[in-house]
Amino acid sequence: MRYFRRQGENLLFNHITLMLLVLFAISPIALIFFNSLKSNAEIGRNPLGFPDSFRWENYSEAWERGQFATTMGNSVILVVCTVAAELILGGLAAYSLARKHPPGANLVMFYMLVASTIPIWLYLVPLFFTWRTLNLLNTRIGLILIYTALNAPFSIFLLRSYLLGVSPDFEDAARVDGANELQVLTRIILPITWPGFLTVGLVVGLGVWSEFQIALIFVQDQNLFPVTTSFSKFASRFSRDWGLTSAGASMMILPVLTLFLFLQRRFIEGLAQGGVKL
Amino acid sequence: MHPGGRGEDEATELPPRQRWTRYRFIHAVAIPWAFLLPILVLHALVVMLPAAQGVYYSLTKWSGLGAPEFIGLENFRVLLFEDESFGNALRNNLIWMAFVLTVPFILALFAASILARVKTGGVIYRMLLFMPFVIPSVVVASIWRYLLSPRFGIGAQLGHLGIEGLDIAFLGRSDTALPSVAFSDNWHFWGFLMVLFLTAMQAIPTDLYDAAKVDGASRWQEFRHVTLPGIRPTVTFMLMMTMIWSFLVFEYIWLMTQGGPGQASEVLGIVIFKNAFQKFNAGYAAAQGLMISFFAGGIILMFLFLRRRGWEI
Repeated sequence: MRYFRRQGENLLFNHITLMLLVLFAISPIALIFFNSLKSNAEIGRNPLGFPDSFRWENYSEAWERGQFATTMGNSVILVVCTVAAELILGGLAAYSLARKHPPGANLVMFYMLVASTIPIWLYLVPLFFTWRTLNLLNTRIGLILIYTALNAPFSIFLLRSYLLGVSPDFEDAARVDGANELQVLTRIILPITWPGFLTVGLVVGLGVWSEFQIALIFVQDQNLFPVTTSFSKFASRFSRDWGLTSAGASMMILPVLTLFLFLQRRFIEGLAQGGVKL
Repeated sequence: MHPGGRGEDEATELPPRQRWTRYRFIHAVAIPWAFLLPILVLHALVVMLPAAQGVYYSLTKWSGLGAPEFIGLENFRVLLFEDESFGNALRNNLIWMAFVLTVPFILALFAASILARVKTGGVIYRMLLFMPFVIPSVVVASIWRYLLSPRFGIGAQLGHLGIEGLDIAFLGRSDTALPSVAFSDNWHFWGFLMVLFLTAMQAIPTDLYDAAKVDGASRWQEFRHVTLPGIRPTVTFMLMMTMIWSFLVFEYIWLMTQGGPGQASEVLGIVIFKNAFQKFNAGYAAAQGLMISFFAGGIILMFLFLRRRGWEI
């Protein structure tokens, strides 16, 4: 950012404007945490301010009545399995494209590029009926398969570009020393390219944790609801109980915000590359 | 994409045809393809195969159960000439597009250009402005339903401060519902756009700014003649993507108004969802999905055409 700095330029205007914009971005998030600690009476008196007294019971009550134990468990399973499948299958594909150049590799890249521009509404309806035929509706594996597939183009492109950034000499040296392909992968490639894998894992994980549309359509069984569709039901059932719904929302976003604060650079760069997908 | 590099090196070392052994086939073809196939097959099963089915179903009358009945282009005749809800939804998509092509873009360009000059604390600003983008849509929708409600929201607070007339049910009135949802989506989206623009701005060479300074350019002239041309590829690409995304919107509207009141905020995504999963018109829904694909394809072709015509985009 130093490029833009003019000598002796007065940046007061910039800072004031940026702080106002930060207020616009952050205050709604802060409000969720404030309201999650208020009683309904206090929300009526003081709907947008800092809470007078901390009503922590909102959290335990929301946890119980919103069945967060079940739905957060479901979401964690979806996130872990999708990220694992994505890293393994996407990693294998990216490795093959970046290093092996099999005949047809360019066609695969072209397919991924074209396929990632197909609007979701073209395939979502038929996919629903295909999944019904395959008995994959109302299953976790059904959602995991969809999420893994939809994130594949982004993951493969990103991992491939990380792999291309590493000289193949390291691998060749290991092979000369007698390492087999699996050893090359786990001893040489992963230790060098792990930031790429971490980025893909974060972006895909965040996407799955937040995903609503596909879960809404493909899972109707309440016991299998991820936290998003369950929260949306919960929020409309207790739509007048803002303390309770805010506590539920806080529990949903706390893990995300914590991770984001620690790994913000990786998040922002990964999402900036991955967000430009359809 | 680059068959050069290692591929070519290997090609020059390649033994003559008679030494093309089974071993080499396994290592150059079979194993690499075994690595590629699982995710390709999965992707084809989830995206390509249903997309092809969607094209076929769009030509049928089908409830989602039993065998589809082939009816040719009948679905398209109905949705173009008879179905008023399709036209209404399309109009709402275009209103949505007009909103997301202006408000977030102006906000993001403005914020990025002033953030690009800030040295101390720049990373913190970037993080805080980006934060809404990582909040799940269900939570964003919930916050803004609250902030736009007549009793607790911003309007009511302004009323207490003496600014009357804004304590209305923004999401319950047909004239404000759609812009209100678009605004809520924008709150979550613009920081992402800002980061993309900021990254592009930081890649502009310093000399260009020095030259502008020597020429005595004002801040606006500098933005207009140095910054904007420098980030044009990013801006154009995001304009194209945002236009396409405008036809796909679903979540925010479903969560905040379900298309209401009446059909005031109904967009194509909502209409397709209702047709496919509530009204059992899966064939008709597929036809509408294909229409969206035509719109998306048309947008991409338009940008390619403009570029070929020599527009520097």
